[in-house]
Amino acid sequence: MSRFLLHRLLQSLVVLFLMSFVIYWLMGLMPGDPIDLMISADPKITSEDAARLRALYGLDKPITERYLNWLGAAVGGDFGFSRLYAKPVPEALLPALANTVRLLGITLFLSLLIGLPAGMAAAIRPYSKTDYTINLLAFAGISLPAFWLALLLIIVFSVFLGVLPAGGVAALGGDGFWDQAKYLVLPVANLTIASVGGHTRYMRAAMIEALRQDYIRTARAKGAGPARVVLGHALRNALIPVVTIVSLDFGFLFSGALITETVFAYPGMGKLIFDAIMGNDYNLALVALLFVTLLILIGNLLADLAYAWLDPRISYR
Amino acid sequence: MRGPMADTAESMMALALKRFRRHRLAIAGAVVLAVLASLAATAPLIATILGLDWEAVDLLNRFAPSSAAHPLGTDELGRDLFIRLLYGGRISLLVGLTATVVAALIGTAIGLLAGFYGGRLDALLMRFTDSVIALPLLPLLIVLAAVDLDKLGLPPSLVQSQYVSLYRIIAIVALVGWTTVARLVRGAALTIRERDFVLSARGYGAGGFRIMTVHILPNLISPVIVATTLSVGNVILLESVLSFLGLGIQPPIPSWGNLLTNAQELIWTAPGLAMWPGMLIFITVIALNFLGDGLQDALDPKATD
Repeated sequence: MSRFLLHRLLQSLVVLFLMSFVIYWLMGLMPGDPIDLMISADPKITSEDAARLRALYGLDKPITERYLNWLGAAVGGDFGFSRLYAKPVPEALLPALANTVRLLGITLFLSLLIGLPAGMAAAIRPYSKTDYTINLLAFAGISLPAFWLALLLIIVFSVFLGVLPAGGVAALGGDGFWDQAKYLVLPVANLTIASVGGHTRYMRAAMIEALRQDYIRTARAKGAGPARVVLGHALRNALIPVVTIVSLDFGFLFSGALITETVFAYPGMGKLIFDAIMGNDYNLALVALLFVTLLILIGNLLADLAYAWLDPRISYR
Repeated sequence: MRGPMADTAESMMALALKRFRRHRLAIAGAVVLAVLASLAATAPLIATILGLDWEAVDLLNRFAPSSAAHPLGTDELGRDLFIRLLYGGRISLLVGLTATVVAALIGTAIGLLAGFYGGRLDALLMRFTDSVIALPLLPLLIVLAAVDLDKLGLPPSLVQSQYVSLYRIIAIVALVGWTTVARLVRGAALTIRERDFVLSARGYGAGGFRIMTVHILPNLISPVIVATTLSVGNVILLESVLSFLGLGIQPPIPSWGNLLTNAQELIWTAPGLAMWPGMLIFITVIALNFLGDGLQDALDPKATD
């Protein structure tokens, strides 16, 4: 068990390390470097000044050297300064992280709460009317462009009905529970609709597979009722692949969060990364992207642990 | 030369066709896609017949409701919405298909190498694939879409080309879209390489490349077709969201994604503009998903009757 996990941990670290270099390199290829930005802010800077500043900040050095300098500072806890937020990067990052965790936490909970039972209901009688309807809805959810759904929700609930805010978080002075909650309703609804179809399909496929096994026939032969067969015998085994796929989906879920947060102007990590890339805030974009990658890798590792806990047949040596 | 093998192959195709025909949603999907594709393909002809132009600005006729002259009304510059949707469909479908085909080629190559050689190469390639799947792809695509192509050292003739946003989005979407195909192909290749005809090919001395291309590849066609069909939908969604965020297809070239960018800005003045482009993306993607699902059932060798 520990050896397998150590192996996975090392692999995750390698991925993170490679990602950090690739993203660092890509950031260097973005239009305009920090000195260009200074020049545009102050037309009196001469080209000699610019060259001197580039040397001063080490921007004339080769990419590997710059990267190692950055890595050294980052490992030492210095993540640089965010241009956009005029704060050190971690201070800009943490509030956004809290907002995204709240958004994704509620979404994942709701999506599994709806998707897993729906998938089970579809799998109990494959190709029945129920299965057909659930499948149709799941496919519709998967195929909906999340940003379009967001626009539709805004049009219906904000433009026409005027009952929910089109974006943002609680207005000044509005600290009550409902004041805050009403800004979450549309983003959560949007992201839940976008992810529940996938969860339903995973659960359906896993349950159909589990119900095909020999021990299910044995359980039925013993006289166990349908509810007992599904909930007592098949569910636990069906959940194993579902846990893996759901955890592998964190990256996808975060991509959905980026779209949702951007359309609803919800100040989370997704919108922060998008704004940082668009606003030439390279320090922030780099650290935020790596941080999200780190969280996703940790999520995948936890799924490996859950896998072993759910399935005692799996031993990681 | 019609040996027993040919008959088996034919009856397998017949069986697959039979299974496919039962899948009513898949057939509906195929029909819808055929209609959309022919509308997009004949867009210039339709424009000529209706006497409309996708670029023609008519500032006296902004936000016009649907009428005989403008079937779906006009946008904020008085341009005809219907024709812009058709032209946008050309771009979106073209990008979706091209990027998926490129991605399928990459995925097939990676999956074939991993499945055929196995061992360390397989472990390495599959760890790589798993890592790509786990990454937060959309922010990465945004970074790739924002990169300054001049700094990459690409020739200026390409960078300044009118269609550079088209080439760029095809390239970056293909760069991340190959994983599904790679995994499916690898799985299939793993089982096929143990089959008797592969062993006998080895026996008469065929090399690795020959076995992969001549003996294994033709047997991978059904998983590749299924995975590719299911990927096109995702690719179209990715293209549309990147274009929506202003990083994909650049105006004035219309795409379903960037038509919605306008719609978002005008959501309080003209909420109707958001309806059609999104509806077309939705219909296309769901049709592709139904088609892929039907093909999966029809081409599954384990399926009965």
